[in-house]
Amino acid sequence: MTPASLEQTRAAVKSIVREEWGRVLASLVGQLRDFALAEDVLQDAVVAALGHWPRDGVPARPRAWLLQTARRKAIDRLRRDANFQVKRAELAVLHEFDRQAGQDDVDETIADERLRLIFTCCHPALAEAARVALTLRTLGGLATEEIARAFLVPEATMVQRLTRAKRKIKTAGIPYEVPEPELWAERLGSVLSVIYLIFNEGYAATTGEAPTRGELCREAIRLGRILAQLVPGEPEAAGLLALMLLHDSRRVARSDAQGNLITLEQQDRTLWDRDLIAAGARLLEGALAQGSPGPYQIQAAISALHAQAPSYTATDWREITLLYGELYALQPSPVVRLNAAVALSFARGAEAALPTLADLERQGTLARYQPFHAAHADTLRRAGCKTAAANAYRQALALTRNAAERRFLEDRLGDVLG
Amino acid sequence: MKYMCLIYGDEAKHPQADTPEMGRLMQDYMAFTKDVQEKGVMVAGDPLEPVATATTVRVRGGKTETTDGPFAETKEQLGGYYILDCKDLDEAIAYAARIPTAAIGSIEVRPIMVFD
Repeated sequence: MTPASLEQTRAAVKSIVREEWGRVLASLVGQLRDFALAEDVLQDAVVAALGHWPRDGVPARPRAWLLQTARRKAIDRLRRDANFQVKRAELAVLHEFDRQAGQDDVDETIADERLRLIFTCCHPALAEAARVALTLRTLGGLATEEIARAFLVPEATMVQRLTRAKRKIKTAGIPYEVPEPELWAERLGSVLSVIYLIFNEGYAATTGEAPTRGELCREAIRLGRILAQLVPGEPEAAGLLALMLLHDSRRVARSDAQGNLITLEQQDRTLWDRDLIAAGARLLEGALAQGSPGPYQIQAAISALHAQAPSYTATDWREITLLYGELYALQPSPVVRLNAAVALSFARGAEAALPTLADLERQGTLARYQPFHAAHADTLRRAGCKTAAANAYRQALALTRNAAERRFLEDRLGDVLG
Repeated sequence: MKYMCLIYGDEAKHPQADTPEMGRLMQDYMAFTKDVQEKGVMVAGDPLEPVATATTVRVRGGKTETTDGPFAETKEQLGGYYILDCKDLDEAIAYAARIPTAAIGSIEVRPIMVFD
């Protein structure tokens, strides 16, 4: 084989591995009941694939090949284990799976295993940062080094975070099961919030030069799509996917060539991705038709109204204000109240929103929340309160880590001072 | 798997002896204990005397140092424990949530170390 075609095969192998990682790992965890071992033997199988496939060609069913190779690696490891006697039962089970090989790589079986794995990775007994990393590693198939880069932490830190999480799953007995009905709502909520957290990390990018880190957004959408397929009866899962697609439709328009953040108001709406908007709106419609609205569906509905508005001023701010009211009834958080106030400022004028914003400032819970000061500053500016606006801009700037946003706020501060 | 459920509560807010609140709390604890016994989950469990009765012992340089009080002053104090044999963490969490003090204090759930 020529070096060029060898390179091509290697690239093909990598993309297959990435695509199949989560499915095969889910299956292995289900059979081995040991997270760390499952990951180690799958890694072994991938190394074997990188050796064999370029030489012998990619097998007809790469998933089955990876699964079987990994399982045999597991059998080897368990045999070598010092506690061979203890592991006998596990070995018997593995041999049984190996005998039936060829039946366990079917989509239905894998779907169940994957759903279990999602709930394990997003278990609330794990720290939030660990849930996010574990979900990206095990379901998304991202390399540890890629996750570390995306979250701007040293690779060693990420390795440790993942190792600790896997150790806790094992020693604390975090189950590898779909939760019982009485825990279902809470646990599904945790899964949804992990996926949305991944999306937001990419979308809002609180640190670093680039205002969006598109890879995380794409990955969150991929995970959201997997989840929505696994739990078709949960409109909030579809709602979350719709919300991410609708937000993502504006990604290109959110920053200029120099990396400056562009507010919704000033975005070039012709850059918005119409296909993503249509897909998001369609999903949302299907979700709402199930008659059980929730926070993600409501947020998606708000995002859809923005996406479908011809211009910022011609946006249906009245409807958006109402939707934020509904959201506040379900999630009475100061951040939702802030967003409701901003919508009101456009529906009925900046002055109308100032009392709520002043009240939020008095309560002080958002004192360290940069978007509060940025919105407060903007509303004060529009209401003509220049001195107060300048003050709020300075507070926002003190909390801004994103370089593009810093430039934007400095410009606005210059405007109200000038 | 065996889990130790460490029961933490604010002693200052604990119901006083011979009050109806204390009577209710005792009843709730008896009902919970009976339930975990009947289900075969209960391995052990005891309430502890208040931290005012605690003594902390350290051996430094071969010398035993004895001091009055708990090892650390905290807002919530260890007041008792259960050891429960559960299928997995979710089952342990479900039982821990039903320990009466969970509604006013906190339950720390820790797996008991297994040597293999």
